[in-house]
Amino acid sequence: MKPYAYVEPGTVSGVIEVLVGHAGRAHLLAGGTALVVLLQQGFVEADLVVGLRPRGALAELAGIRREADGGLHLGALTTIRAVERDPRVQAALPALAQAAARVASPRIRNQATLGGLLAHADPAADITPVLLVLDATVEVAGPAGARRLAVADLARDVFETVLGTDELLVGVHVPPVAPSARIASVAFRPRTSEDYATVSVAVRLDRDAGGTVTEARIALGSVAGTAVRARAAEAALIGGQADATAIEAASRLVDEAISPDDDTRGSAAYKGRMARVWTARALAQAAASRDGLAA
Amino acid sequence: MTWMRPPADAHPTDTVDLRFVLNGRPVTRSVPAARRLVDLLREDLGLTGTKLGCGIGVCGLCSVLVDGAVMTACLLPVTAIADATVLTIEGLAGPDGELTAVQRAFTEHGGFQCGICTPGQVMAATALLAEDPHPDEGSIRDFLVGNLCRCTGYAGIVASVEAAAADERRS
Repeated sequence: MKPYAYVEPGTVSGVIEVLVGHAGRAHLLAGGTALVVLLQQGFVEADLVVGLRPRGALAELAGIRREADGGLHLGALTTIRAVERDPRVQAALPALAQAAARVASPRIRNQATLGGLLAHADPAADITPVLLVLDATVEVAGPAGARRLAVADLARDVFETVLGTDELLVGVHVPPVAPSARIASVAFRPRTSEDYATVSVAVRLDRDAGGTVTEARIALGSVAGTAVRARAAEAALIGGQADATAIEAASRLVDEAISPDDDTRGSAAYKGRMARVWTARALAQAAASRDGLAA
Repeated sequence: MTWMRPPADAHPTDTVDLRFVLNGRPVTRSVPAARRLVDLLREDLGLTGTKLGCGIGVCGLCSVLVDGAVMTACLLPVTAIADATVLTIEGLAGPDGELTAVQRAFTEHGGFQCGICTPGQVMAATALLAEDPHPDEGSIRDFLVGNLCRCTGYAGIVASVEAAAADERRS
């Protein structure tokens, strides 16, 4: 790594102050699993690295708590391993815990943080589609105070977000999930289990007592510049039964939402076909699950 | 959220005065902030048991324990271990050279072939057994997924971890 100056302000306001003072030239370091790779390979050159360690006042950015609305707040410095192993996440949002457990390897998950994962905006991160179907939001601190935005509005393209150079992602809020909701998260990783997904899919189905779909969410990772919602496929499910015919028809419509690239995990055409297949599998899994805590 | 003023001494520096505990002993050292833990261990402190492989977090050769959690020394700037406890392969054996149950099991059950991945495998296995004393084969394979053995000696590695878990002498 090329030399850089380092500072650990120790408070959110201190971090913001440093970011403001070094407009665009400071890089935030949490677990290091993304930034250190980019620094070593020369894709990022940093004048100044701002350390975010969960010590002192920043300790409150690491951890998970239940909020008054019944949802969960996950601090930005919460490690992926902590998300995976947290009993509240496992009980209320098992699909999120499972997606966390699929990230790379335990030693990477011990370092990587949820805030870092979102701010890095890697479209292959398969936690992000789960957060999309959960309608999760992020809390962002900046010089003018805090703002909230939907996870869906955070990433702009590969490794790009709407965050300003003077802003810090401080937490993720997952609103409560209706007991009737069925959620599933799947990832297709044909090479090894610590690889990035060729395609990952998260779905959420709500149905009335007669089994008619009242709400549907489908989000895909690894098949566009950001995680994407497949809205045409969602719309096709609403008002009908989530049976095999409807699932097959809806999964064909994910084509409209995705724009995969050719790479070592497959050609664009192959990924498109796999996106359909794995969307259908995720929908079938959610439709077949018996309780609201499906996975 | 705390909106405190930052401490007055929070100014950027190229070099950090690092304090941490390494294999049970306190270390104080002035180090460039951009130095990786793996380089501090191997080059500055002469602890070459921790190997450097891919340098991008994939292979697991540089696995060490930081505050008990297995981590990736090639992806940790030294600033990440300030005031932390680091355990490397050199810190496992007792003062009289007595091996740990994991180390014994690797020697007795063919847990290594060429040996370059072994320190990382042993550190990861040590972390696994600390949090799950009796893992089944699936749990062992899941946990060690980030520790590659290019001799493909995985059967021996899994057998070693199973043997270590069953070792009644394990403390």
